[in-house]
Amino acid sequence: MREVAIIGVKNTLFGEQWDRSFRDLVVEAGVGAVEDAGVAGEKIDSMFVGNMSGGQFVEQEHIGALIADYSGLAKNLHVPSTRVEAACASGGLALRQAICAVASGMDDIVIAAGVEKMTDVPSSKASSALAAAADREWEGIMGATFPGLYAMIARMHMHKYGTTSEQLAEVAVKNHFNGQFNPIAQYRNTITVDAVLSSIMVADPLRIFDCSPITDGASAVILAPADIAHEYTDTPIYVKGTGQASDTIALHDRRDITTLDASVVAGRRAYEMAGLGPKDIDLVEVHDCFTIAEICAIEDLGFVKKGEGGKVTQQGETAIGGRIPVNTSGGLKACGHPVGATGIKQAVEIVQQLRGEAGKRQVDGAEVGMTHNVGGSGATAVVHIFSRNR
Amino acid sequence: MITMSVPRFWRKQIARYNLVGTYCKTCNEYFYPPRNVCPTCRRDGQIGEHKFNGNGELITYTVIHTAAEGFEGQTPYVLGIVQLEEGPRLTSQIVGDPKEMHIGMKVRPVFRRLGQSGERGMIYYGTKFVPA
Repeated sequence: MREVAIIGVKNTLFGEQWDRSFRDLVVEAGVGAVEDAGVAGEKIDSMFVGNMSGGQFVEQEHIGALIADYSGLAKNLHVPSTRVEAACASGGLALRQAICAVASGMDDIVIAAGVEKMTDVPSSKASSALAAAADREWEGIMGATFPGLYAMIARMHMHKYGTTSEQLAEVAVKNHFNGQFNPIAQYRNTITVDAVLSSIMVADPLRIFDCSPITDGASAVILAPADIAHEYTDTPIYVKGTGQASDTIALHDRRDITTLDASVVAGRRAYEMAGLGPKDIDLVEVHDCFTIAEICAIEDLGFVKKGEGGKVTQQGETAIGGRIPVNTSGGLKACGHPVGATGIKQAVEIVQQLRGEAGKRQVDGAEVGMTHNVGGSGATAVVHIFSRNR
Repeated sequence: MITMSVPRFWRKQIARYNLVGTYCKTCNEYFYPPRNVCPTCRRDGQIGEHKFNGNGELITYTVIHTAAEGFEGQTPYVLGIVQLEEGPRLTSQIVGDPKEMHIGMKVRPVFRRLGQSGERGMIYYGTKFVPA
């Protein structure tokens, strides 16, 4: 298996972008990443595109071909393009497929992109589309919503470990604080614990400020074999580990409601491949679709003991400058969550951090970073480990 | 949102109305919602039908204020995970005062209307739970 490096990255703005279409967004990200890598179109061997639900959000399927076409890679070059779907983990999984293509020796230069255009439909329709990531026949039919499923995780976490609403709020406060330094973030305003606790209740105990927003956005990265990465960039970022795991589609069938076993196993597989452990990671982008999800993630990935995620967040250990900075981009909460793009955006953030290009949100001396992308309430998890050192 | 076609709903009507699931004779493990492949022994599994009496315990719950599409008229409603006596867990609405809900609460099943597709559409029934 060949070693793989990231040689180019690009995020579009994240937010409500009524003036920009699905294809506008992803083409901007793709072309931007290609420019960042300084790679010619003729060199591109294949592309993988993470997209959860073009069908429901913009009534467009056949996303892979569409994007190859509007990126100028279809008509003359006929570059193979594959859409990858795993709900909110679509982006992370597209990246993993792209890594596999390069690592196998099949392809050299590969684009991994992610895109979602969510604001062309009313928010009720967007929520319903997202609910398709859960079990429609046995959860959705009973009136389950995504905030509702994560609220049940939160309630159990509170019951079992004494986690508080204030601790959940601290996750949102921290991620908004980080988001103010990220020029692409949907929300660049800071918020207070009181503001979170007085926001409207969505699914008790989760309030609107515990939830990630509905977002338009796209992200892309360019991969190359590590051996030739220096032909394109002075600062290639190496893929040290990749892990993926599945779990039951419905939350009720999980071994433990407060643990995402898929995160645990995907994390373990990535750690093993990299020959690293939680102590070696300098910063991590985790899947904070809801505040409770970040607390579970830092526990499940081994950064803190099970049950202590809320406490360490309150103590500032996950802030920039803390023991393990989490979601320097602002996370899904403040940076925004265009579901198909999120897993790629996380990788872009880690690459920018490891290159030392993260500006005011830079983690000093960051050498090894991790991304953690979750589909649904935890039925898919994808974890990657990146390093500035080969 | 309940926009299931009639056949899609009808296929699982007995399971939904009467809490009929399955169990694996090899592992003595019970499944609701029903499944045909045992996740423990897989191809060695001998799967049979099992009707649950529906008595169980509330494992966790939420009070939903922002409804799923089609459930707007029901807010606030309680959604919970119920563990049946035989072991399997399911997601259902818990009927009753949200303030009286608590983890560990004993529950029993009731036959209830789940919703309907539009004003003239099909009415869907199924199993909800109430405090026992």
